Parts: sequence; structure tokens; C-alpha cells
Amino acid sequence: MRAYLLRHVQVLLASLGQLARAPGSTMMSVGVIGITLALPGLLYLLVANAERVSSEWHGGTHVSLFLHGTVDNDQAQKLAAHLAKRADVNRVRVVSSEQALSEFKELSGFGEALDALPANPLPSLLVVIPEPQYEQPETLEKMVLELQSLPAVELAQMDMQWVQRFHVILKLTRRALIVLSVLLALAVLLIVSNTIRLAIVNRRAEIEIIQLIGGTDRFIRRPFLYSGMLQGFLGGGVAIVLIALCLHLLRPPIQVLANLYGSGFRVTGLGVFESLTILAIGMGLGWLASRWSAGRHLSRMQPA
Amino acid sequence: MIRFSQVSKRYPNGYEALKRINFTLEREKMAFLVGHSGAGKSTLLKLITLVERSTHGQLVVNSKNLVKLPRRQIPYFRREVGVIFQDHKLLHDRTVFDNVALPLVVSGVGHRETGRRVRAALDKVGLLGKERLFPITLSGGEQQRVGIARAVVNRPPLLLADEPTGNLDAQLSDEIMDLFYQFNQYGVTVIIATHERRHIQRLNKPVLELKDGRLVNDGAPH
Repeated sequence: MRAYLLRHVQVLLASLGQLARAPGSTMMSVGVIGITLALPGLLYLLVANAERVSSEWHGGTHVSLFLHGTVDNDQAQKLAAHLAKRADVNRVRVVSSEQALSEFKELSGFGEALDALPANPLPSLLVVIPEPQYEQPETLEKMVLELQSLPAVELAQMDMQWVQRFHVILKLTRRALIVLSVLLALAVLLIVSNTIRLAIVNRRAEIEIIQLIGGTDRFIRRPFLYSGMLQGFLGGGVAIVLIALCLHLLRPPIQVLANLYGSGFRVTGLGVFESLTILAIGMGLGWLASRWSAGRHLSRMQPA
Repeated sequence: MIRFSQVSKRYPNGYEALKRINFTLEREKMAFLVGHSGAGKSTLLKLITLVERSTHGQLVVNSKNLVKLPRRQIPYFRREVGVIFQDHKLLHDRTVFDNVALPLVVSGVGHRETGRRVRAALDKVGLLGKERLFPITLSGGEQQRVGIARAVVNRPPLLLADEPTGNLDAQLSDEIMDLFYQFNQYGVTVIIATHERRHIQRLNKPVLELKDGRLVNDGAPH
């Protein structure tokens, strides 16, 4: 067992040596693998960060009913109680015109200017939160139309519609991430299998000799598997560095944007787990590709 | 050790290199394989090492039926046959030691045992002390000795040599032939393909003669 492990370490070192002896082509293929792995990695980070942003906007959809200025607080409360009985309404929150004014003063910074106004210009507001099962676009649409037709209501507005759109876009992006990842994984497979094919062709004479003196396919394959795995691993490392570099370049402008929206959002990069995952994926793809390539080319290779 | 019964080899292009070969070589015997180039000597040796498969007949080597040997088993079978090539087939990016050690590395022999056996093999062919050199720095005769050391290092019961003295002068090739003779004295079965009648007369061993793919002399005493 120890001899077996020792042999594997020897083969690993020998493969490293082979790669180091051809630094140009090794760097090329490792670089291409790195870029190929970095693309889905970056897209993954985009999705992950976007999901974090959207999770800050808790709650789904609600409908805002802006009441006519003539409707007073009591009437607003009554209407709210009435609406709350609807099957499609979960609850209704009343924002009286006074509340609305004080909130607006606080948030807008126009406090003193607003004090100067003779009367409160803001209407009362009912925030209608639908039952979760009625959150589909069609049923909400219907509800908005019905609420809009109430005499006390000046404007019924479906808020957070864009949150839904955002979620749909996120979903789409996630799907695109999967498709892209599969395609790029395929690209890595092709890149590695091609370099392995070249390595096999270059060492054809050696392989034939080893076949003639009784080397098994497994023995002959082993250095190529290590070589493919190493290339994938190094490519994964390059991908991690590239992603970190991209984030470094993107972080300041994103921070500025987040500050403009008054959000404390900070871009997160790759964690330890994600980095290890990229390395593992690189290695796995490298192994798979070299296994495939070696299998294909060695079985056709017979000593002459 | 080797038994050919009605063995034929037809290549995919239709060329029939060997036609109904019959002969037996007992264990611990030595024989020469002669014939013009193209007579089928190389093909016959390739059948014994399973580089090529026979297309007809029965072929038994070292108690193994080669017709039925599955592909997976070929490497293990080849470890029982030492082969020496006219062009040596050495790895030029590895030292003499590493070249000779290759069959042992391939079959997973331990580090210390490998060193011991490689030095023993190099000692037998008279190259002890050159194990750190690269083959390219050696003379043709020395390179062939490295090839021989590699063939015998894991002590196979059967040795095949394909024109082992092809590129060597008379004195060197005599030395090489004497080496094979010695291995045979130790109990190794040996077949040497050659076109030099001189060796055959000198060593007085049975001769298998091929002519146009047919065995015209099966080495048995008449």
C-alpha cells in the first residue's frame, strides 16, 4: 500500500515535471481553462449577489390605494376593515394622511418647507396585502381593477411589480448560468483532451516501449491523468485569481451605486467553499478529459 | 515453451505473412530463426509477443493459449517474455538505470529490489558503472546490451531477439550472441532471429527456417 502511494506521488511529481518542461504550452492551456472557468464563476457571483440584494426587499407584492383627499381617517379605517374581509386580501394597513406627512418629512428632508404648507397635501393610503395564493399576476390584475373602481379610491397601484420582474430575470440568469456552465465545461473538456492527445502523440515511442515490456493501460494512462488533473487544478487557480481581479475592478463603482440607493450592500467575492469548488471542478474536468482522451488514443495505439 | 499448430497470419490487406506454421520449442532450449527479409520472421515473433494476433491455428506460449488470451491479460503475459529489438528501443530521455528498471517499475517491484536487480542485470551484460549515463552516449554494442539487460531484468523464462546483432561488427555481435548462449545455459528459453549463418554454425543450435511464410525447417533433428 505504501509502495502504491509512493508510486502515485512519483507519477504526480513526474507529471508536474513534464508540465514544467513545456511552460509555454502549459501556461496557454492552463490560461484558457482559467478563463473558461472564470466566466461561469463570475456569473455565479452576479446571481448570488443579486439574490442577496433582493432578499433585502422582504415581502412580495402589495397594492397601494391612494384615497381621494376628501376621504377622512374614519372612512379610511372603515374601508380598510371592509376590504380586509375580501377572500383575496390578507390584511390592510392604513397610512393616515398625518402619518404619511410625518414619514415624508423624515425621509425627504423637506421638513420645514412642508411645515409652511397650509394643509396636508397628502392623501390617506391603504396598503392592501393579498393572500399569498392570489399573488399571481392575473389575479392581482383583477384585484387592482376592482379596487380602482371603488369610489373612495383615487389611484390603485400595484407596487413591487418590478421586484417580480427582477425575480424572473434572476431565474432566467440562473438558468443561463447552468446552460453556460455546461457549455464551458464542455469547452474545458475539449481543451484538456486536446492537450492530452498531443502529449500522447509526442510520447508515442515511449508508450509503445512500455506496452511491449508489459505496461498495463492503467499504468500508461496514469501520468496523463495526473497531467490533466494538474492542468484543471491550475486552471481553477487561475480562474479564482481572475475572478478576484474582476471583483477588485468592479467593487468601487458598485459601492458608489449602492450608496446612491442608500443601501449598505457590499459585493461578496468567492468564499473558501466556492474557491475549493472551482478547484475541484477544474480537477474533475481535467481528469475526465484526460481519461476520455487517453482511453480513445491508447486503445488505438498498438506497438509496431 | 512454444507450440505453433497450423498457425497462419493474414494481415487485413490480405497479405498472408505466415502459412500453417507447425513447430515446438521445449523449455530451456535455444533456437535460431532464419529466413530472408519478408519471409515472416518478424511476424512470427510478433505473434509470440501478441503484438499481432494469429488468424488461424493454435498458439501456446509458456502454457498460455494465446488465441484465447483476453486483451486485458496481454501486459501480464508480456512480462514473461523478454524481447530484444534490432533498434534497441531505448528511452533516450532516461538514464541506463531507468531504462533497465522500466519492466520492474511497470510490474510494481519495490524500490530497493529494483536497484538490486537492475545492477545484477547490468553486471551480467558488463555495463555496471554506466547506469547514470544516457543511452545516447553509449556505443551501438553497449546500447544493445542495455536492451538485453532490460529484457532479462525481471527474469523472464523466454527471451526473443529480433536481429540483435544487425548493426554490429563481427566481434561485438559474437559477444552479444555469447550472452544469449549464457542465458540459455541458466535455463532461459531463447529464440534469435538472425540472417547471419556464422552464429548458427558457431553455437550449433537448431534452426527454424522460414521461406515465403512457410516453415521449411522446423528445427527438429532429421
